[in-house]
Amino acid sequence: MLTIENLQVSVEKKQILKGLSLAVQAGEVHAIMGPNGSGKSTLANVLAGREGYEVTSGIIKYDDQDIFDLAPEERARKGIFLAFQYPVEIPGVNNIYLLKAAVNAVRVHRGEPELDAVDFLKIVREKMQLVKMDESLLNRSVNEGFSGGEKKRNEIFQMAVLEPRLAILDETDSGLDIDALKIVAEGVNTLRNENRAIVLVTHYQRLLEYIVPDQVHVLSDGRIIKSGDRGLAIELEEKGYDWIKQEARAA
Amino acid sequence: MSEAAVSHYLTEFDRFKNNRLSDWLPKQRADALEYLQSNGFPTRKREKWKYTDVSPITRRKFTLGPATPEAVDGGFIDTLRFSGLDCHDLVFINGGFSENLSRAGNLPDEVTARSLASVKSENPALPERFLTGPGEEIDHAFTALNIVFLNDGALIHIPDGTQVPAPIHVIYATDKNTESIMSHPRNLIVLGRQARATIIETYAGGEDTEYFTNSRTQILCQDSAQLDYYKIQQEGHRAFHIGNTKIRQQRNSRIDCHSLSLGGSLARSDIDVELDEPGAEINLNGLYLANNRQHIDNHTLIEHKQPHTVSNEHYRGVMGGRARAVFNGKVIVHEQAQKTQAHQSNANLLLSGNAEVDTKPELEIYADDVKCSHGATVGRLDENMLFYLRTRALDKDTAKSLLIYAFADEVIRNIKLPELRKRLEYNVVGELPDTDLIKGFMK
Repeated sequence: MLTIENLQVSVEKKQILKGLSLAVQAGEVHAIMGPNGSGKSTLANVLAGREGYEVTSGIIKYDDQDIFDLAPEERARKGIFLAFQYPVEIPGVNNIYLLKAAVNAVRVHRGEPELDAVDFLKIVREKMQLVKMDESLLNRSVNEGFSGGEKKRNEIFQMAVLEPRLAILDETDSGLDIDALKIVAEGVNTLRNENRAIVLVTHYQRLLEYIVPDQVHVLSDGRIIKSGDRGLAIELEEKGYDWIKQEARAA
Repeated sequence: MSEAAVSHYLTEFDRFKNNRLSDWLPKQRADALEYLQSNGFPTRKREKWKYTDVSPITRRKFTLGPATPEAVDGGFIDTLRFSGLDCHDLVFINGGFSENLSRAGNLPDEVTARSLASVKSENPALPERFLTGPGEEIDHAFTALNIVFLNDGALIHIPDGTQVPAPIHVIYATDKNTESIMSHPRNLIVLGRQARATIIETYAGGEDTEYFTNSRTQILCQDSAQLDYYKIQQEGHRAFHIGNTKIRQQRNSRIDCHSLSLGGSLARSDIDVELDEPGAEINLNGLYLANNRQHIDNHTLIEHKQPHTVSNEHYRGVMGGRARAVFNGKVIVHEQAQKTQAHQSNANLLLSGNAEVDTKPELEIYADDVKCSHGATVGRLDENMLFYLRTRALDKDTAKSLLIYAFADEVIRNIKLPELRKRLEYNVVGELPDTDLIKGFMK
């Protein structure tokens, strides 16, 4: 579903990704781990189409289509979803209205009829259960005044309603206490299925205790230096990132 | 330039002298004429006019127009009314009262909400008390002109203890068919002790004609009165508007004021507030939208004269094209006004590289036990917000339009009457780009 080959990306002339390759199939969950500054968030943002990142070489293919020239909204309509590390507060924009507009933009793109208010609310109520979201948050401004945990839940709730084919979760575990982490992880697990791919970007392996990935990749200095299964994450937890960097240098 | 303008208005005054009201308040008129002749029109050398050049007004020759209802069509006036709200509409055409277009609302008998000219003919004592008292100082040539051409306007008197559920809506519309009409509306609003009312002033006119509105409003709220006051300036985009509202508040009175500046080629709105007695409170909300080459100036002055007075001021502006906006908010806390709370903020959103805003908060605090704050921001659309919305499948234009609307709506959303809020949101949205894209977001 997602194929990245030799991706090189610069931000303000500074090269961040230095030849990253990754292949994710439908139905799989991949974890991208790495120390601060390794390029994890850059990867997430580039996949979602954020401006300000200069792709100097390489290919990103989604469903066999090169997505370089697609705007963020076009990617979203094709089923790519980014759950933000820092969900943005947008005063004055109603949370539920935004979600309805998003759902209908995706549906129109797929050639499906727009949902009316009744059908939409039915879906909303069902999906709110997934992340145990408080109904009072629906009619607030997007993320405004939400606690850290509420913001992250709202992201997963949006994901549940939008039903993306490729979900990129950028540090979804950061800032969550253990209870909130469990709820968010359960929500994500419910959304796992054979048609959907999920990429978890994370610093710590804590999240991976609850969402067990099919593959783990270690990102360091703009490249994936090691890939493995869940065992790699546990090894990282025990030995830290230095061990693996040294191994990579030796090789 | 200014001398030519003064002499034009003097000539115009000679023509006006035949009017039935022209002999009213002869001393005030003589003083105003005298002021005009000796001072002329303000130039940018005067601090209060530093960012606003009035020569586009003074080099044109505006004349008084007939107050005939035929000058506008009734359909236009209907677009200005608040449907769904039982209002008492006072309609003025070219500055003169139109009985035909006005509509009586459900007002208590003891309330006066009428044309100033008609009240004067029956009982001149009430208006005269206010037209010769405090609040009538001449600040500049435009306030002088308003006195010189004093002819009509709204006189609203809510006696002690009277609550008026129906909003009183004063509509000033200028001729759509004749160029260069001027009008000098004058409103007097008095709320007695514990009186409550909602009063709306709307200024509008044709989109395709040049005209000039030079309005003046005086408001007095006596002990514990509560007023919701709206000024909606939605003049045509070739029009000129100079407006001045003077507010005096007595003990424990409260005013919630919303000032919307949406139209006009060159428009200035001044609101001066005196919190004269303890416990007086004003909440002053403003929104200005300017596009193309519009020039919109808002000046406010709040004077805390006694202890325990409160002011909360919040103005927002959105500027696109080559528009220019000015915000000047002055707050004076006098020496005896201990325990004052005065908070002011001004936020500006620039949509183009050629749009400009000059914002200037001025706090003068002479008391030592006060809580005061102020802040001004000028920014562009937030890239993080835009990106977030786009990752939620909204296209760029919709996302932009939504963020602009959300920014402006911060001022509108706390309007209490839902019918009023909806209509004003609609008016505001009409002035914003690509708003057909965001209909699904309107409450």
